[in-house]
Amino acid sequence: MTEMSSLELLLTAVIALVALATVFGVILGYAAVTFKVEGNPLAEQIDALLPQTQCGNCGYPGCKPYAQAIVDGEAINKCPPGGQATIDALANLLDVPAPELDAEHGEEAEVKSVAYIREDECIGCTKCIQACPVDAILGAAKLMHTVIADECTGCDLCVEPCPVDCIDMLPIPQTVSDWHWQTPLTPAQRFASNNPSHHSNANLIASDRGLDDSKDHAA
Amino acid sequence: MALARNSSPHTHGPRSTQWLMQQVLIATVPGLMVLTSFFGIGTLLNILIASITAVSCEAAVLKLRKRPLGFYLSDYSALVTAVLLGLALPPLVPWWLTVTGTAFAIIIAKHLYGGMGYNPFNPAMIGYVVLLISFPLQMSAWLTPGGLLVDGTPAMGPDFISSLKIVFLGNPIDGFTAATPLDAFKHNSGLLVSQFYEQTPQFSQGHWAGFGWEWVNIAFLFGGIYLLARKVFTWHGPVGMLVGLSIMALFNYDGGSSSSNGSIIFHLLSGATMFGAFFIVTDPVTSATSNRGRFIYGAMIGIILFLIRSWGNYPDALAFAVLLMNFAAPFIDYYTPPRTYGHSKSGAIIHRSKED
Amino acid sequence: MSKVWDIHGGIHPAENKQQSLTGPLQTVALPKTLVLPLSQHIGAPATPVVSVGDKVLKGQLIAAAKGFVSAPVHASSSGVVSAIEERAVPHASGMQAPCIVIETDGLERWAEHNAAANYRNKTAAELVAIIRDAGITGLGGAGFPSAVKLQPRQSIDTLIINATECEPYITADDQLMRQRSADILIGIDILAHILGDPERVLIGIEDNKPEAQEALAKALANKPVSEHAPPIEVVEFPTKYPSGGEKQLVQILTGEEVPSGKLPADLGIVCQNIGTTHAIYRAVCHGEPLVSRITTVTGKACSTPGNFEVLIGTPVAHLLEQAGFNEALCPQLVMGGPMMGFALPSTAVPIVKATNCLLATTAQESPAPPPAQACIRCGHCAEACPANLLPQQLYWHAQSKNYERLEAHHLGDCIECGACSYVCPSSIPLVQYYRAAKGEIRLINEEKQQSDRARIRFERHQARIEQEEKDKAAKREARKLAAEAAKAKREADAKTGAANTAADTPSASTEKSTTDLDIVQAAMARVAANKASPQDQRKRFERAIETTAARLAKAEKDLEAFTKDENAELNKEQLAQREQQRASVEQARLRHQEAKNKLAALDNEQSSEQSSEQSPDQKTQPESPTDSDDEPELDRAATAIARAQKNAAQLALMTPEQKLQKQRDSLEKRLGKARTRLAQAESEGSEQLEAFAKAVSSLNEKINATNLELASLTQTSEPANKPAQQSEETR
Repeated sequence: MTEMSSLELLLTAVIALVALATVFGVILGYAAVTFKVEGNPLAEQIDALLPQTQCGNCGYPGCKPYAQAIVDGEAINKCPPGGQATIDALANLLDVPAPELDAEHGEEAEVKSVAYIREDECIGCTKCIQACPVDAILGAAKLMHTVIADECTGCDLCVEPCPVDCIDMLPIPQTVSDWHWQTPLTPAQRFASNNPSHHSNANLIASDRGLDDSKDHAA
Repeated sequence: MALARNSSPHTHGPRSTQWLMQQVLIATVPGLMVLTSFFGIGTLLNILIASITAVSCEAAVLKLRKRPLGFYLSDYSALVTAVLLGLALPPLVPWWLTVTGTAFAIIIAKHLYGGMGYNPFNPAMIGYVVLLISFPLQMSAWLTPGGLLVDGTPAMGPDFISSLKIVFLGNPIDGFTAATPLDAFKHNSGLLVSQFYEQTPQFSQGHWAGFGWEWVNIAFLFGGIYLLARKVFTWHGPVGMLVGLSIMALFNYDGGSSSSNGSIIFHLLSGATMFGAFFIVTDPVTSATSNRGRFIYGAMIGIILFLIRSWGNYPDALAFAVLLMNFAAPFIDYYTPPRTYGHSKSGAIIHRSKED
Repeated sequence: MSKVWDIHGGIHPAENKQQSLTGPLQTVALPKTLVLPLSQHIGAPATPVVSVGDKVLKGQLIAAAKGFVSAPVHASSSGVVSAIEERAVPHASGMQAPCIVIETDGLERWAEHNAAANYRNKTAAELVAIIRDAGITGLGGAGFPSAVKLQPRQSIDTLIINATECEPYITADDQLMRQRSADILIGIDILAHILGDPERVLIGIEDNKPEAQEALAKALANKPVSEHAPPIEVVEFPTKYPSGGEKQLVQILTGEEVPSGKLPADLGIVCQNIGTTHAIYRAVCHGEPLVSRITTVTGKACSTPGNFEVLIGTPVAHLLEQAGFNEALCPQLVMGGPMMGFALPSTAVPIVKATNCLLATTAQESPAPPPAQACIRCGHCAEACPANLLPQQLYWHAQSKNYERLEAHHLGDCIECGACSYVCPSSIPLVQYYRAAKGEIRLINEEKQQSDRARIRFERHQARIEQEEKDKAAKREARKLAAEAAKAKREADAKTGAANTAADTPSASTEKSTTDLDIVQAAMARVAANKASPQDQRKRFERAIETTAARLAKAEKDLEAFTKDENAELNKEQLAQREQQRASVEQARLRHQEAKNKLAALDNEQSSEQSSEQSPDQKTQPESPTDSDDEPELDRAATAIARAQKNAAQLALMTPEQKLQKQRDSLEKRLGKARTRLAQAESEGSEQLEAFAKAVSSLNEKINATNLELASLTQTSEPANKPAQQSEETR
C-alpha cells in the first residue's frame, strides 16, 4: 500500500472542490433561470411607498418620476410629505441605511392638511385648478372654485398660484373616530427620562436603545 | 378633578414575576436538601457564592446601564440564575470557579443581550458550559455520595472545615471523588449491563439508577411537580424532554448487552435529567413560546441529551442540549403557532362546513 | 339542557357583583341638562334635525341616522335645545365630539308615539324599521346598531341572546332579567319573528346568576304558547371571563367558531344582548325610542351602589351623586367593566346608550398598575387568551412596530378582552400595545388607499394634459398646413405652375421638423426657467427657516405648557413626555440654525457665482419668446405640470448631445450644492471639510469630462443637426 504524497493529496482536494463547485454552480444557475421570480419593477415598488401627494417638493414633477429617479440613484430623503416613515420604508426596500429627511425640500408636516378655498374671495381664475396634480379642485372660469377635501393630498401646489391668496392649508383636526392609543413607553424610554445623561452609553445594549427592535423572536 | 386614564383592563391578577421566581426558588429546596445530604455542604457553598456574585454583578451592570437597582433586583431573576448554576456545579469546586461562571452568566449571557427577558440563551447553562470547557478537571470532580460502601466502609465526605479549605484555600479534593453513575456507565467496557451493575458499587447499592443520584433526581421531580401544581409553567416542556429521552433510551437499550446505552429508568434518574426537565427546560425566556413549540423544544433537548450522553465526549450534556435548542427556539416558534380562533390549522380563515 | 362547549383560555377575576345587587332597581331624579352625543354607536354620527332654541318633547327625534350603519338620537326628556356643540364625550381618548344639549323643563312630556298592535302581523322589514327609528344599538357595550344586525343576507337558524354579563362588577342585565323577564321574552319573540323564526333560540347565561335564571324560567313557564314561536331555551354554563364576547358565546353555545373577518350571521347565527331585547320590546310594543337604560353604579368609592334606570344623556356626575359617590376616594373612574371599560376624563361626560356600568373604585380596590417589567415569555397570556393567540409574540412585534408579523400572528383576531394583561406577571399593558398597533395599521391602510387613489387621479390627470397638448399641436399643425397650402395655391395660381415643384419641397420638410422644434424649444425654455434654481433654492431655504422657526415656537410653547402643569402631579410617563418635548425643542433649534446657515452660505455662493451662472441663462433666454408667440403661454403657476412636461419632452426628444447637456446641467447643480456644503462646513469648522472639498473637485473633473465629450459629439454630429438648424433659421 502506497502512501499518497502531499502533492497528490492537495490535487485530490482541489479536484474534489472544483467538481463540487461546478455541480453546485450548475444547479444554482439552473435554479436562477427556472425559478426566477418576476417582481414588480423597482420603480413601481418605490412609487407604491411614496405618499402620492404629487407635490413636487422633491424636485420631480410627481411621485412616479421621483421613484424613477431613485432607481437611477437619487437620494431617498427628499420627500417631506412622506417623512421619516417613507424614508425608512424606502431604505428597507432598497436595503440602504435610512438618512434623515433633507430639510432643503421642506419639513415633515406634523398634521396632514387640506386646501380650503375661501369661496367669497375666489375670483374664478382657474389657476389653482391647473396647478392641482390630482384634479381635486372643482370650478370653472369666472365661477367660484372649491376643493374636494377627500381627494386633496395637501400638496399646497395650489396656494402659490392663487392671485387673490384665498387658499388656506387647514390642518385636519383629529377626531374621536381617528384617535387611537399610543404605544406605551419602553423601559429604556421610561428610565431615560429620569436621567437625561443616559444617552452616553445607551447604544451598548439593545434594550437600552429607544426601541426594542433588535430582538425579533419569531422572525 | 384629576382622573387617571390608563388602557383597560383596570384590574390585575395576583401573580407577579417576583412570585414566579420565588416559586422556582422554593421548588429547588427538596433537590438541594438531597444533594446536601449526599454530598455535604458543597452545593450550599456554591449557591451562597453564586448568589452573592450574581446580585453584585447585576447591581453593577444595572448601575452602568443607569437603571434603578431596586426595581430590577427585586425580580429575583439574578438569584434564580445563581441558584440554578450553584445546583448544577459539582460540590466543593473552588470559589473562583463559581464566581467566574456566575459573573459570566449575569454580565455576558444576560445583560449584554439586554437583561431579563432578552437573553437568547439560558444564563445558568452558559455559565456552566463556559466552566466545563475552561476547567474540565474541576468540573468533573464529583464527590463520592455519602454512605456509599466502598470496600466495605461507608464513604464520608470532607467535614465542614476541610470543605471550606477545599473551596476557599484550594486544598486537594482528590481523596473524596468518585465517578458519577453516568461517568461509570460510559466507561463500561465489554460487560453486560447486569454484570456491570453488580460490579460497580454505585449501581449495586442503588435501587434504580445509581446510589444517591436517583434520589437527587426524584427530589427535583418533586420540586417540578410542585411548580406544575402552582401552574408556574405547563407540562409541555418537561414532559417533552422526558418523553424524548425515554424514547431514545427505549430504542437503544437492546436488553442490556455490553454495548447497551442504558435503560429508560437509568437515563431518567441520572445526572441532571430531572433538574434539567423542570428547572432549565422550563426557563420561559429562552424556550419556544407556544405549548406545541415547548413540547418539541423539550423533546429535542431530551434527544440531544441522549445522543451526547451515549456517543459524545461528555458523560452528561444537559447544558449543551439546552443551548443548542435555545438556538432553535425562534425557528420552532415560526412553525408552531397555535390555531387562532376562527382560523383553520394552516392559518387560513376557516369556512363553514354546516354539520346539521 | 343543551350541550355547552368550552372556550380556550379565559380567567376568573373576582366577581364583585354582590355590591350592586343589594337594592332594587332605582330611578334617577331628572337632571337639569342632558348631553346627547351624536355618535353613541359604531358607524356614521347622526345629523342634528333640531336647532338651538327648539322645544323638544321626550322621545322626539333630534338627530337622524346618516347612512346604513348609523343610529338616530332622540330627546330623552322634554325641554329646550340649548346648544349643539363640542362637548367632552365618554371615549377613551378623552376628546370632545359634537353633542346636542337639552335644558330639561321637568315636565317629561312625551312626544306622540304609537305602539304596534300585534307585531306578529307586521313584516320583518316594518319591525326592523321601527327598531332602526327607535335608535336602538347594542346595549352590551359595543353599541352596534341593532337594525343592521337584524338584516342578515344569510338565513338564520339560531338566535342567541347574550345574558352572560361576564365582566366583574356589572349587574345591569342581571337586574333587568330579575325585574322584567316577561318583557324580555316578548322582545325575544319579536326578534325571532324578524329573523323568520329560527330553529332554536338560546339564552346564554353564566351560572353565577341563579336568581335571574329563575325569573326567566318562571316567565317562560307563564308565557302564552304561540304557534310560530320557536322554543326558547335558557342555557347555563360555567362562569368564566370573557364568555360574553360574541364570538366566545357562539363557541360556547354551538361549538362553532366564527371565521376570522366574518360575522356570526355567516354561520346562520344572530347574537343580541339581553338588554337590547328589552329595548326592542319597548320600541315595538310601546313605541318608545331608546331614551333610557339600566346602568350599574358600583365600586367602593360609592356608598350606595346599585342599578339605576337612567336617561341617556344624564351627566355622569348627576348619576354618581345618586349613588353616594365620594370623589376623594376615587383615583380613576371607569365607564364599563374593569376588564374592557375605559377611564373617563371627567365626570362631566354623559351616560350614553352603551354605558352599562360606572365603576368608581378606590385606590385599594384597583391599585394603579405597577411599572411594567420585562416580558419573560412565561406564556401565561397565551394560556389565558380566548382567541388562542400568542400575546407575548404580538407584544414583541408591537414593540418593534413590525406590522407584517403582527398580521401574520392574527392581531386582527384579538378581541381586546384584557385577559392577557390581567394575568401578565410583569404587568405589561399588553392590550394598549395591541390597540396602538391596530390603530397604526388602520391608519397605514387608510393612507395607502388614499395614496392609491391619488396616484390614479394623478396618472389620469397627466394623461389628460398630454392629450390636450397633443390635440392643440395637431390643430395648430392643421391650421399651418392649411395656410401654407392656401399660400402655395395662391402663389401657384399667380405664377401659373412655373415654380410648382420648388414650393412643394420645403413645406414638406418643415412639416415634420417644426413640430419637433416647437417642443424642443418649449423644453429649452423650461430648462431656462428651471435654471433659476438659485432663486428657487433660496426660496426653499427661506421656507425651511420659516417652518423651523414655527416649529421651534410651537415646541417651546408645548414645553411651556408642560412646565406649567408642573404643580399637578406628574407621573413617570408625563415626565418622559416632557423630556421628549425638551429634546424636540432642542432639535427644532438646531434645525432652525442649520437652515439659517445654509441660506447664508447660499447667499455667499450666489454672489460669487452669479456671473458664471448667468451666461447659459442669457444664451437660452432670447430663444424662448419664439415659442411663447404662437403657443399660449404656459401658466407659470402650474409648475408641476410644466416640470412634468419638461421631463416628458426631454425624454422623448433626447439626442445624445442633449443627454450630455442634461447630465452636465445636473452635475453643475450638484456642484453648486457641494460648494454650499463646503462653505457651510468651512464656516462651522466641520470635520468633514476634506470630504466636501474632495466632492467639489471630483465634480469639477466630471463636468470637464462631460464638456469634452460634448464638444467632440457636437463636432461629429454637426451634419446630422443641420436640417434642424436650418429650419430654425427659416422660422
